[in-house]
Amino acid sequence: MNIQFRESQEAASPLTTKTAIADCDIHPARATRTELYPYLAKRWQHHLEIYGVHAYQGMMEGPPYPKAQPNASRRDAYPPEGGPQGSSLAFMQKQLLDPNNVQLGVLNPLNTGQGIRNHELSAALCSAINDWQIDKWTSKDKRLKASIVVGNEDGLSAAAEIRERAGDKNFVQVLLLSRNVEPLGQRRYWPIYQAAEEAGLPVGVHAFGFGGNPITPSGWPSYYIEEMVGHSQCQQSALASLVLEGVFERFPKLKMVMIEAGFGWAPSLAWRLDKVWQRLRSEVPHVKRPPSEYIRDQVWWTTQPMEDPERREDLFDVINWIGWDRLLFATDYPHWDYDEPSRVLPAGVSEANREAFYLGNAKKLYGLA
Amino acid sequence: MARHVIAAVDELPPGTRKFLEIDGRPIAVFNIKGEYFGLMNRCPHQGAALCEGPLIGLAQSSDPGEIEYTKLGEIIRCPWHGWEFDIRTGQSYCDPRRFRVKAYPAHVEPGASVVKGPYVAETIPVSIESDYVVVDL
Ligand code: FES
Repeated sequence: MNIQFRESQEAASPLTTKTAIADCDIHPARATRTELYPYLAKRWQHHLEIYGVHAYQGMMEGPPYPKAQPNASRRDAYPPEGGPQGSSLAFMQKQLLDPNNVQLGVLNPLNTGQGIRNHELSAALCSAINDWQIDKWTSKDKRLKASIVVGNEDGLSAAAEIRERAGDKNFVQVLLLSRNVEPLGQRRYWPIYQAAEEAGLPVGVHAFGFGGNPITPSGWPSYYIEEMVGHSQCQQSALASLVLEGVFERFPKLKMVMIEAGFGWAPSLAWRLDKVWQRLRSEVPHVKRPPSEYIRDQVWWTTQPMEDPERREDLFDVINWIGWDRLLFATDYPHWDYDEPSRVLPAGVSEANREAFYLGNAKKLYGLA
Repeated sequence: MARHVIAAVDELPPGTRKFLEIDGRPIAVFNIKGEYFGLMNRCPHQGAALCEGPLIGLAQSSDPGEIEYTKLGEIIRCPWHGWEFDIRTGQSYCDPRRFRVKAYPAHVEPGASVVKGPYVAETIPVSIESDYVVVDL
């Protein structure tokens, strides 16, 4: 392989949008392996050095599906000072925030303490990540807001972390991943929803994670490309579970954000749910309204990766069903499937809808309007 | 069509590439085993600096289970979404009908002809004793 980079990497996105935008899915990374240590008790530093981290999935290191690009990231996103893509605030400002006029950037750190078998360690790491987000990112650039990362498999410690951060303006949502030990509507996760609702924070469900189960309903697929499309299947199970376990009924003010798993499938999932609910509702009497109503009332969707149908009218049909007030623009920076702000929305969208899509919906949802 | 001198041959050895801007257009020139190729350094998909991607080969399959890997080092893979383009022609492999990236012929000219000829030296002073890589734009 032969890779060679230009010297002046500062180069911005080649085309820039002048209007201010929100970017609702940015992935900050750690520059070094030990960058979190200052936020971790000595006890956990030692634990990490001696035992490491035990995930729900039996992999020694790294994810089971190697990614299409190094660190699943754009090859032009390595900071000039070294370190992995997404690990430098200065470079993120130069490459993403400034040229694209990002007014609000929502940080969703991955490879955190989520999905770790040792729940105490998981809670400690998540809390450390949250401190680190303030120190390294949100306190240094007011455009950036963080997601509260929680030890997802232990609802109680997760709820405690949310309560501790509630009211802190550095945070605008709670972050879960789509692949967990159980479908997301199950009771073990309810304390998370309760605490989020009380704090007035939306819960973002980002594609990814490894809960120890096969990543598709029919087992482990062979290829990364299958993992990529599997994210939408996984989000569909999560959403069906949230509806059918009655999470939206129990927490009527809860807002969920489906992050990075597409949205083209939303109408058909809702139609199917409505149809079976009409016939089988006596099994789940706690689901009082047609599933589509909960979904349309309580669910938002980030755009990246946008579906890209051959006929753009098809895309508009889907968005019209979801609602132009429900989409949140996202780039997924610095990941390789990054969406360039000026290139994602086809022509033929009204000014008001464009504004809502790029900025307005996000500011409203995250309480920054 | 203008002809641009972009490097002395020694500065662009095999396996390297050079990025430059000519008439406001971002261009990259590659030396692949002594052959030179110029490409527009902007991906027709979402506009990434295409030529910062790796040079790979072309994986093709005539039948499931049979994989052929050819054109080694002649396919550029976009650093963002990984679309693949033939650096000889600019043709894309994801959707050859709709997408291509502009290819610019590049070749070597002796210094004697460069000094006399209708060439524009982009970045370097030229002398008769040397050979130069030239791009047609
Ligand atoms: S910008 Fe090159 S593949 Fe998308």
